[in-house]
Amino acid sequence: MSDFSSSLTKGALHGGRAEDTVSPPMARYNDADVRDWIALLKPRVMSLVVFSGLIGLIVAPGHLHPILAFTAVLCIAVAAGACGAINMWYDRDIDAIMRRTRQRPIPAGRIEPGAALGFGITLAVGAVLMMGLAVNHVAAFVLAISIAFYVFVYTMWLKRRTPQNIVIGGAAGAFPPLIGWAAVTGSVDLIPLVLFAIIFIWTPPHFWSLALFANDDYRRAGVPMLPVVAGAKETRRQIVIYTLLLVPLTLGPWLLGFSGLVYAAAESVLGVGFLVSVWRVAVDRQDASGVSLTNDAPARTAFKFSIAYLFVLFAALAIDHFVGRVV
Amino acid sequence: MAHPPRMTDAEAAEFRRRQKARNIAILVVLIGLSVLFFAITIVKMTHT
Repeated sequence: MSDFSSSLTKGALHGGRAEDTVSPPMARYNDADVRDWIALLKPRVMSLVVFSGLIGLIVAPGHLHPILAFTAVLCIAVAAGACGAINMWYDRDIDAIMRRTRQRPIPAGRIEPGAALGFGITLAVGAVLMMGLAVNHVAAFVLAISIAFYVFVYTMWLKRRTPQNIVIGGAAGAFPPLIGWAAVTGSVDLIPLVLFAIIFIWTPPHFWSLALFANDDYRRAGVPMLPVVAGAKETRRQIVIYTLLLVPLTLGPWLLGFSGLVYAAAESVLGVGFLVSVWRVAVDRQDASGVSLTNDAPARTAFKFSIAYLFVLFAALAIDHFVGRVV
Repeated sequence: MAHPPRMTDAEAAEFRRRQKARNIAILVVLIGLSVLFFAITIVKMTHT
């Protein structure tokens, strides 16, 4: 390991930042393209956030003018992007080490860290203000809480300190349905809290599947993800446990009488599929220390399946909502 | 006093291309926001 990466690793393992002891790569900030600024917003993460926020908005009782609904979704998207930009600003030292992230605009030297931070803060403040002024104050408040949770609790506090980082930090990604619901109703009720809980419990198996096959990256960067701290075997066990908790939880909307058979059928099929997927992760061929002998193929499949799982589950909830209106 | 190194013609052209792309993106965002604020104002005025 080079001096550069080893000093970074020490910093990250102690929950701190190491950039004070090393210089960032040679910067050519004028190289920033529009695509680099868009990349700061983590558009792929944003898509799932926007989708779940939209579902919260669709299934909420009541009516919101389409222009205001569009504004609410835009605010959720912009806030998610702002979180991504601030996260990339804070994590630029570990991003420079990990193969998966080293080409991001800041570690690659195409965007100045301070500019990325300013961009993120401006978008975050703008999104909350716009939500408050155009939609309602409850939605703006929940949006502000979600941003603060992602930036301060997950990124700055938990991520470098505990293997439970994405368990607790998963709450940050669980807020969108709550925000969408609040945008329509001006309140927070039991159903959006169940949707919040579903994403909250879904996050660990989703993220730990990624962490299994990105283990080397996280180890090099000193991020205490569960496979780094507790090993691959324990991580596989935890993935199964959380999925076993998730599947009955997804029955919540149906048991509470909020959704019908379309959702119940989709939930059952998806649940079985997810359980099979994580079971394959658990029984993956591995050596004595738990290292996969299949290049973590089942974990890669489970990671992809988990994304499709949440998309389809929430889509089924929305379809059920429309079916319920028609029938 | 030291001067920063001069860009070559190719670098200068590339720099201007990126600058122009950024300016157009900002223009699009500003026009989009103006239209959205106008639409929100109309909705708020007619529905309250």
